[in-house]
Amino acid sequence: MTQRVAVVERILGANDRLAADNRARLDAAGVFSLNFLASPGAGKTSLVEQTVSLLAGRLRLAVIDGDIATSIDADRAAAAGATAVQINTGGECHLDAVMLQGALDQLDLSAVDLLIVENVGNLICPANFALGTHKSILVASVPEGDDKPYKYPGTYRGVDALVINKIDLLPYVRFDMDYFRRGVAALNPGLVTFPLSCRTGEGLEAWLDWVVAQVATGKMTHG
Amino acid sequence: MHELAITESVLEIALRHGRAAGAARITDLHLVIGELSSVVDESVQFYWDIVSEGSAAAGATLHFRRVPAQLVCRACGHSYSPRQALPCPACGSEDIRVATGEEFYLEAIDVASKEADAVALSETP
Ligand SMILES: Nc1nc2c(ncn2[C@@H]2O[C@H](COP(=O)(O)OP(=O)(O)OP(=O)(O)O)[C@@H](O)[C@H]2O)c(=O)[nH]1
Ligand SMILES: [Mg+2]
Ligand SMILES: [Zn+2]
Repeated sequence: MTQRVAVVERILGANDRLAADNRARLDAAGVFSLNFLASPGAGKTSLVEQTVSLLAGRLRLAVIDGDIATSIDADRAAAAGATAVQINTGGECHLDAVMLQGALDQLDLSAVDLLIVENVGNLICPANFALGTHKSILVASVPEGDDKPYKYPGTYRGVDALVINKIDLLPYVRFDMDYFRRGVAALNPGLVTFPLSCRTGEGLEAWLDWVVAQVATGKMTHG
Repeated sequence: MHELAITESVLEIALRHGRAAGAARITDLHLVIGELSSVVDESVQFYWDIVSEGSAAAGATLHFRRVPAQLVCRACGHSYSPRQALPCPACGSEDIRVATGEEFYLEAIDVASKEADAVALSETP
């Protein structure tokens, strides 16, 4: 004989609680944090490099790089001028709140204004695992194609800002910007969007202004 | 593939609720998975046998209730599947919300008490 016991508990509840701890820790240290999500090769590390080198005089930056096995991306972030920590996920397809907690332990948070977390290149899994970062940024790129919002609705719905990278390639690649933007609008109305090129630098200014404004607002809210 | 981490989390939740109910064994788990939550039943099932081994939930049967994704247009109230279209197919509006499809939780477990196990054993010829 068996008996039914009602549970109704979110499977990722434990991760969400740890994410809340991470957030509290970042807030207490006055660190504003961004989580970069994208498919492999969209240009997450390129955007990290540009953001770090162009803001280095104004903000103290740290970068946490999630990568399956190498430290290539963390090395690039460090070369650009950030304090960089590498997390090797050991085959996992996403970062989670536990991994971020371990990486935060390796940073002197009191010496950081802006923390950028580069998630594992993957458009599906990272969206399910909250880290505790303040804003999630999706880095889309022109050569990936204009149908990505339609194919990965979960990721497009959950982000706070969208970068459309590699616009220098628009003349060479079939990419219907209207179609792409209609999909984004349906999933995430009013999403703030930055078309730019990490190669030519076009559009970077608007992105950097937004980041600086976000950091300032974050500092005002949390001291 | 993050179904391993997910399966471990499922086990932890089930065992905790099983203990609270004073159960000796957990025989069945009822999971609810929305179509948009990007979790593959087969992989959870695959990891389950490995992860649950030696626990009070070893060998328990997993039941998956799949919830289809349903979008609702805020402009005209039309309800439809995202497979058809993203903007509303009835009125073209892009002001939509996800009504269902993002669920991902453990709904219930079936447990056997120590007494029930004892009775079952004594009835076995
Ligand atoms: N044409 C062009 N190429 C770019 C641009 N941004 C990045 N790339 C190139 O795209 C490739 C991938 O860039 P990364 O920054 O390494 O991409 P990523 O998203 O960090 O990649 P993973 O971490 O491996 O997932 C590199 O060859 C870059 O030089 C751009 O704006 N225009
Ligand atoms: Mg990278
Ligand atoms: Zn409508």
